[in-house]
Parts: sequence; structure tokens; C-alpha cells
Amino acid sequence: MDTPVKTEIQTVYIRPSALTARPNHYCPGCTHGIAHRLIAEVIEEMDIRGQTIGVAPVGCSVFAYNYFDLDFVEAAHGRAPAMATGIKRVLPDRYVFTYQGDGDLASIGMAEIMHAAGRGENISVFFINNAIYGMTGGQMAPTTLPGMKTTSSPNGRDVEQAGFPLHMAELLSKMEGASYIVRRSLHDPKNIRLAKKAIRTAFEVQKRGMGFSMVELLSTCSTNWGMTPIDSLKWLEEHMIPAYPLGDYKVATALEGLKF
Amino acid sequence: MAKEFLEGNFAMAEAAVRAGVEAYFGYPITPQTEILEWMSYRMPELGRVFLQAESEVAAVNMVYGAACTGTKAMSSSSSPGVSLMMEGLSYIAGTEIPAVLIDVVRGGPGLGNIAPSQGDYNQLVHGGGHGDYHNIVLAPASVQEAIDLTVLAFDLAEKYRCIAMVMADGSVGQMMEPAELPEMRPLRRMGGADWAVTGAEGREHRVLSSIYIDPAHEEVYNLKLANRWFEIEENEIRYKEYYLDDADYAVIGFGTAGRVALSAVRAARAEGIKVGLLRPISVSPYPYGVVDELSKHVQGMLVVEMNTGQMLRDVQLAAKGRVPIEFYGRPGGMVTFPDDVLAEIHRLVREAKSTEGDPARRWLQRINDGVITLA
Repeated sequence: MDTPVKTEIQTVYIRPSALTARPNHYCPGCTHGIAHRLIAEVIEEMDIRGQTIGVAPVGCSVFAYNYFDLDFVEAAHGRAPAMATGIKRVLPDRYVFTYQGDGDLASIGMAEIMHAAGRGENISVFFINNAIYGMTGGQMAPTTLPGMKTTSSPNGRDVEQAGFPLHMAELLSKMEGASYIVRRSLHDPKNIRLAKKAIRTAFEVQKRGMGFSMVELLSTCSTNWGMTPIDSLKWLEEHMIPAYPLGDYKVATALEGLKF
Repeated sequence: MAKEFLEGNFAMAEAAVRAGVEAYFGYPITPQTEILEWMSYRMPELGRVFLQAESEVAAVNMVYGAACTGTKAMSSSSSPGVSLMMEGLSYIAGTEIPAVLIDVVRGGPGLGNIAPSQGDYNQLVHGGGHGDYHNIVLAPASVQEAIDLTVLAFDLAEKYRCIAMVMADGSVGQMMEPAELPEMRPLRRMGGADWAVTGAEGREHRVLSSIYIDPAHEEVYNLKLANRWFEIEENEIRYKEYYLDDADYAVIGFGTAGRVALSAVRAARAEGIKVGLLRPISVSPYPYGVVDELSKHVQGMLVVEMNTGQMLRDVQLAAKGRVPIEFYGRPGGMVTFPDDVLAEIHRLVREAKSTEGDPARRWLQRINDGVITLA
């Protein structure tokens, strides 16, 4: 007689309820999927799916609203913080977040992001910095590193001609209206866990009405960097982190000792 | 409500408040800043939302965000600021979101000046940002009409899920005259519109986006907008006729130019000239049918505008070359005067008429030749 095989199935990985089942369109190796998942996990953990409104940008994540099972609006390029402001001002008890890339937030939307922070809008901003324009096919971004080759800086970014990269976490940390400004990275499991904690903190800041929060997430773009996904993660670690140091740029004193 | 001595800008702002606007976002620009100022005091007093944005670009996108929640939202600006809003207006139209905008038009192009103008006609009536859509545009000629049309703009925007604009010449925004404000409407808190984005509590999530990445879907959306626009054209044409019943000649003008022309028409009537006035109030949708019909009954038309002949083209389109048309305009922030319009009525009646040629070119030639002097 055969001994019956006893199997124990344990769920170790499940789609967060704040994500839809729709397969995403992101390239293999892209870190958008990780960022989406982290935000969705935090929303699930805080049980705020029904009270959260997302604002999608223009860029690769333009279709973010297809992947989150949340109420969503789609903003014009760079205008997400203004649109989020409009939503939050009329629905102050909802959680409102924007999800923006570097072209969206640091180039065309510079005025909107700085003033949203200056006003201390009680919104959370998740800023994907991969140092390149992804959707349009790899052009120079405001965060492109000096010497970095893109389709619009074919000989490498020449700072004499194209100027210097913008450091948004550092800039926004100077704004009085901002409570929580940090930079994290998505290149390895440890940093991904730290990123999730920062995303949670940003929502907690919003929950407490403490004003503007922004989590900058260093991300990869294998396709437009012209690297394998693994090489991209290495490149991020070796080149982006020295240029964009990870860390807490502004944490309001009232946030110290915050438990959640 | 009794008549009060009211300034146009203030009156439009208070009319919006009484129509139930729940959120106002704006940026200072002459000659409409009194709207922003009044809202900064009035909206918080009523527990409603006021925010001075960092730019007109931000203001219109704040309106977009607030309106996506089903909130009655508006902005106001003047010509250069409205240019900046064109991007946002296109997105709002691309998402079928109701929104109201007041443009108190000033002289341009560029920074221009702060004097009354009708130079934004094409930008608002035939333009309004990229893509294929129309906005409702209402043109008041008095403070009372500015009040009434502001209230109407909210109703039309919601009825058709579109942008409704009040295009007031700077003179309408700045002048004071007796007018009556409406009763305060009860506030409808955060509409239960079945499209509004408010958080997906207890229901499927909603998305408001202007993206139709599949051209076949965008085509269907464009056709939907076009169908709705024809419905608006069916139902929302507004205009005023003066002395047209027995008229041999018709003057056509909107807003301030129409109001000034009325004085000239009355003076001409006193001289025994059978002339009347058509004053379009909805310049978009435009009363093409009314002009079409009029062109069958008169011997000549005179179009009067505070620009170089923008509405003129719509009159020509409607009149189909049936009747001689002349044009008279004062662009760049100059206002037409009754005596000058009367002189043009005399010219229309007395001089040889033709349906050939371009009325705007003839008008410009008269200026270049010194026949018309710019006093």
C-alpha cells in the first residue's frame, strides 16, 4: 500500500488587493513593477484602498491606473501635483498620491512639484528616477548623469552644453511645507524593504495631516540603458547611488518615534 | 433680489458662488483679478475651497483634479493666462469633465495690454487646446448678462459634461452698472456622479483618463464628442435680435461690440434707416442658422468686432455669399464707438455693394487709405 502523500501548501506570495490582475506592459527588468507592488502592499496593510486616489503621470507609468485597483486619474505631463492638489483640497479625508518619473516631475513638472511641496500639500509623491526618458525611447532626462549616453546626448551628457543633473530630494528637502523627503533604491531586496518602509511612512505622514511627502526611488531602465536587467541593477548601484546618495533628506521632528 | 450697482468681475464671481461653485483655483492677471480676490474672501467664508495657484497651468489642472471628484470647480483668467490653460482644457475635454472658465479678454497678441478686446474669439470658439472638440462659449454684453451666463455656464457644463466658458471683454469685467444677483443655490456636496473619482470604497475602481491609446477607440470617443456637440448646437443657441423684423440691413456683433453697435443702430433708425442688430450670445455653438436665415432677408450685413475680423468668418460661412457683407473692427484693446459704427452703417447703405472680395481686406484698405481714421 502506498502511503498517502501529505502536502502542505503555504501561500508565500500573493497579489496585493490594491493591484489588478492585469499583466503590465513594462519591459523585462523594469523596476516599475516593484514600485507598484510596494505601494499596493502598503495600501493593503493600511486598509485604505477605498479611500485612496492615485494620480498617474505621463511616461512609462502612464498606464499605472490599469494596474492599481484604486480610483485613479491620469494627469497631463508634469501636472500630477496640481491635479492631486485639486483632489485633496476638495476631498481632504482621502489619501492622494502621485506617481511620477524624472521627466515628469523634475523637468516639465518642476513648478508644480515645488509649489505643491511649498504649500505643504498633504499628498504623497512617489518619484521614479531612472535617469532617462523611458517611454519616448531613451532621451536625456534632468537626472541623466554627466557623460551618460542617451538618444539626445549621443556623445554622453556634456554638462557644458546640457547642464547638470537635478537632485530632487535635496531640493525638496529645503521646502518648509515638506515633512518627509527621502531617497531609496530598488536595486536589491534590502533596499526594496527600506523603500517599502519609506512608502508606508509617506502615507502615515499624510494620514496625520503633516503635509508634503516624497519618496524618490532610484530605478532602472534596462531597455534604454542598453543593458541586461542584472547589469542594470549593478549599474544603478555603482553609478546612480554615488550621484544620488540614498538617505533621509528631511524628516519632520514630529515624525520621530512614529509607530505604525 | 434687488438691483445693485455691481462691477462685472465681482458680479461674475458672486454669481458663481450663488450657482454653487465648490472650488475655485486661479492666478492673478489683469483685468480679471477682482474675481480671484473676491473668491479668496468669499469661498473660505462659506467653507468652500479657494486656492491661488502658482500659474494658470497649475490652476487649470487643479480644476481638472477637483472636477474629477464630481465637484463644481472653476477658474478665471485673462487672455495670456487662458493661453496657458489650453493644455489643461484639452485634457478636461478629453475626459468629459464639467468645468467652468471665465476669460476676461484683453488686447494681444503676446503680453499685449490690459484693455478690452475680442481677440480671443478664435482661441476659444475655434480652438481651445489640441485635439478635436468644442467648448461652449458665452459672450455677455452687460453686467447682468455676465451674471446670468456665469450661472448658465455651470448648468451647461454639467448637463453636457463639457467645458463652458464665459468670454467677457475686459470692458464687461471692469464696468459697473445696476444688475441683480440670483438667489443662493443650496450647495450640492460632492456629487454622486457615477463617473466621479472619490475613492473606490465598496465599488469597482474608476479611472478618469484622456488616453485612448488604440486609435479605433479614440475615433469612437471623438465621434461621441461630435454627437454631443451637435446636440448642444440643437439646444443651446442663444442670441438677441433688435429691430430685425422689418430690417433691410443687419449689424452683427457680440459682447461689447454688439452693445455699442446697438446705439449706432438706434441712431440710424432715428434717421429712418431700416437697420437691425443680431447679437450672438452663444458664440460657440454659433447661431449659424439665424445668420443664414437673416442673409435671405436683408440687403447687406455689417459685422462689428473688437478684433480684425474673427467672427466675420462665421458670418460669411452662414451667409453663403448670398448678401454683401462689410466689416468694421477696432483690435488691440481699442473699443468701437457708436458714431464710427453709424458711419459704417451709412457706408453699407449708401455705397455700392458686392458679395465679392474680402470684407476684412476692404476694411483694412480703408484704414490704410485714411478713409477710416483711428481716433
